[in-house]
Amino acid sequence: MAAVKETVETVKTIDVDQYKYGFVTEIETELAPKGLSEDIVRFISAKKGEPQWLLDWRLEAFRRWQTMTEPTWSRVHYPAIDFQDLHYYAAPKRTPGPKSLDEVDPELLRTYEKLGIPLREQEILAGVEISKVAVDAVFDSVSVVTTFKAELAKVGVIFCAISEAVREHPDLVRKYLGTVVPTSDNFYATLNSAVFSDGSFVYIPPGVKCPMELSTYFRINEQKTGQFERTLIIADKGAYVSYLEGCTAPKRDENQLHAAVVELVALDDAEIKYSTVQNWYPGDSEGKGGIYNFVTKRGDCRGARSKISWTQVETGSAITWKYPSCILRGEGSSGEFYSIAISNGHQQVDSGTKMIHLGKNTTSKILAKGIAAGRSDNTYRGQVSAHRKATGARNFTNCDSLLIGDKCGAHTIPYIEAKNASAVFEHEATTSKIAEDQLFYCMQRGLDEEEAVALIVNGFVKDVLQQLPMEFAVEAQKLIAISLEGSVG
Amino acid sequence: MNATILPIRTPAETALAERFATERARLPGAAAVRAAAFARFEKTGLPSRRVESWHYTDLRSLMRELAPAAGEAAVPAALPEFEGLGHRLVLVNGRAGAGPLPAGVTVEPLATALAAGRVALGAAMGAAEDTIVDLNTALAREGLAIRIARGAEAALHLAFVTVAETAVSVASRIVVEVEPGAALTLVETHTGPDGLACQQNIVVELALGAGARVEHVRVNESGDAALALSTLAATLAAGSALASLNVSTGGAVSRHQVFVTYAGEGATLSLRGATMIKGRQHCDNTLVVDHAVPHGESRELFRTVIDDEAQGVFQGKIIVRPDAQKTDGQMASNALLLGDEAGMANKPELEIFADDVVCAHGATCGALDENQLFYLMARGLPKPEAEALLVEAFVAEALDQVRHEGIRAALTAKIGAFMRGRAR
Repeated sequence: MAAVKETVETVKTIDVDQYKYGFVTEIETELAPKGLSEDIVRFISAKKGEPQWLLDWRLEAFRRWQTMTEPTWSRVHYPAIDFQDLHYYAAPKRTPGPKSLDEVDPELLRTYEKLGIPLREQEILAGVEISKVAVDAVFDSVSVVTTFKAELAKVGVIFCAISEAVREHPDLVRKYLGTVVPTSDNFYATLNSAVFSDGSFVYIPPGVKCPMELSTYFRINEQKTGQFERTLIIADKGAYVSYLEGCTAPKRDENQLHAAVVELVALDDAEIKYSTVQNWYPGDSEGKGGIYNFVTKRGDCRGARSKISWTQVETGSAITWKYPSCILRGEGSSGEFYSIAISNGHQQVDSGTKMIHLGKNTTSKILAKGIAAGRSDNTYRGQVSAHRKATGARNFTNCDSLLIGDKCGAHTIPYIEAKNASAVFEHEATTSKIAEDQLFYCMQRGLDEEEAVALIVNGFVKDVLQQLPMEFAVEAQKLIAISLEGSVG
Repeated sequence: MNATILPIRTPAETALAERFATERARLPGAAAVRAAAFARFEKTGLPSRRVESWHYTDLRSLMRELAPAAGEAAVPAALPEFEGLGHRLVLVNGRAGAGPLPAGVTVEPLATALAAGRVALGAAMGAAEDTIVDLNTALAREGLAIRIARGAEAALHLAFVTVAETAVSVASRIVVEVEPGAALTLVETHTGPDGLACQQNIVVELALGAGARVEHVRVNESGDAALALSTLAATLAAGSALASLNVSTGGAVSRHQVFVTYAGEGATLSLRGATMIKGRQHCDNTLVVDHAVPHGESRELFRTVIDDEAQGVFQGKIIVRPDAQKTDGQMASNALLLGDEAGMANKPELEIFADDVVCAHGATCGALDENQLFYLMARGLPKPEAEALLVEAFVAEALDQVRHEGIRAALTAKIGAFMRGRAR
């Protein structure tokens, strides 16, 4: 109940279109000229001091991208993006190589302070007896700081910016980069492959359980920039890692583009848990501005008995278009997808997952909760498929939608394809509004309407919230309340 | 992957264009309607995998050539019959013969009704658009216009039969108007010769007046090499009730589409399907239920049994328009995979723009439950019988709402026949 009360109070303190993270940090940045060409790709690569093979890889992707057309099948509408009117590289100017937080531009630190999320490990953890969180913060295009590196290095865990990994661990990067999401995968992934500027790299050696939660923090700050980060996580045999990702952006009138690629590789008996709280600027109450979030996330359960689990809380972005997926290749591997997608105002969400069963006795579970309010559109789109050889494949899918208000839309589009008889797939979906009798019951016991709605919504998403690491769960619950403010009554 | 594909006309597409060019002057009814429908087809061509609603049934590659149009033929001696179901009209290669009619029912050839302006093609499609309906609208010359008078109660059996020595194509259109308060039991049967790749494109349009009740049963027993395409398009006026069942066992490739539009409040709809396929058959059931007005209720239940390497497809879409408050829609598709190589694609969709609704869908697929089999076998049933019993129970649920006993018994018997026909 305490949490509910907190939620309701948070709602009350907020005006209608107030976005908590809508500040701009005035720091000097280095911008690449607007537009996209081979020269820009070379410029980014040179800036990063990349080896020839990576430049070639980028150029190949760029050439391919030029032959591709933007996909239009998703249930979202937006004016055409002028890809030549974007900066493809923006880096905060700073002294090279900060070793600790002290060396970081204080203005940046103040930004993170305002964001109030990931860098405050000590505060978060005060009084809570759980392990520390190591953070890699990506500011516009560049990874700014990675904390707790030394401690991680002791157990052999590599957690650093991907640009650094290219320099320090080229063999690992070369072995895995682009093997889950190939450069030719889709329009935005190909674009990302050509121009990705930074991102995080994680490698967990065999048999190691990562001693702390790893976390990345993304923020788009500069005007008219696209953020194209690339994350690559490899859990070697028997390894375990839990990875958190948070995102915000300042308020801008124009739409900013975010086209990230996340690749996960789990080898035999490894487990990766990937959690996202996405709170990019959703645009104002008129639907102006906001982030276009076109992200490709995919995990490859390459080893036997490996496991990849995606958890996402999507409350931000003007347009969200992402399908964190699992390729269940290893025998007995399993994939999970837990999602809360909340849309309000003029937001458009088209999100879901793909579970591709290729190996024997693979299992997957999908739990998706969509909440649509205001004038938003919220679509669940998912695919579950079992290959002919994926005998004993098992899937359970549950996707529920809740509608608040009569101007919004909730849609469910699942594709369930079984190609062998021993696959057992179950899918269920419901759409409804908050039941009158539930509201009545709560209000009859003395809750006002806002409290009652908050309570029922929290109950609706509870199953997913439980999958989040604790610090994130609290954050997420607050976000849900903020996202839904103004939708009641 | 995203590269633009320039359409190259397949031989079938070219032949369709030629057929339309030669026939168009002789087709009855408003020429503009036919021309517009054909123009829509020309723009897209035959639907391929890249067309969302045809993703699982790639008609462009399944129908490379167009079979010549079917000619006239004599009525065959053996035709499907249902005990206790009064009047039967036989349509040989889409051409209707005459027969005695129940009271309150008027039937005229489609061409006559179109020429007199008494019916319009495509009126029951609502907001839906579909390429094979467009093709039928453009090319169908044969068919019937049926009217059930206000308050009348009637039962009618339309026996479609293809009679040919070589593969032929048949396009036929039935336009049915059920006046307010009338009740109709309409049974369609489709039969044809085995071994011939006949192509059928049959569209039934059904307009239900206020308070009208229709029970519709379609039985697809087309020949084993046939490409059987069929569509039911219905509009439901206030307080009307439509129950439609599609039983499909025939055809090499079959696709049955249902488009239902709610035109008045308080209408109810029940769509059911029982599909039993084997060998290399492919059977597609595609529904679009459009709740355009408040207080509509819809129930969909589809059961599919798939043996050998056959492939089943279910696509169901429930649309709830912005003002269609208090809509109640429930959809379920369950598939039983008997053959190791059997496959099923389920795509139940919800598209909802109103908040005060209750909508749900469920989809399952899997093999027979080992525990249930074991239970029956432990009680002395041989395995084939135990399997047949479980399959019958599974499929029968889709049939149990058929009120006419003769029809229900005949349909239930088909489950047993299917199970006995399994080569084990």
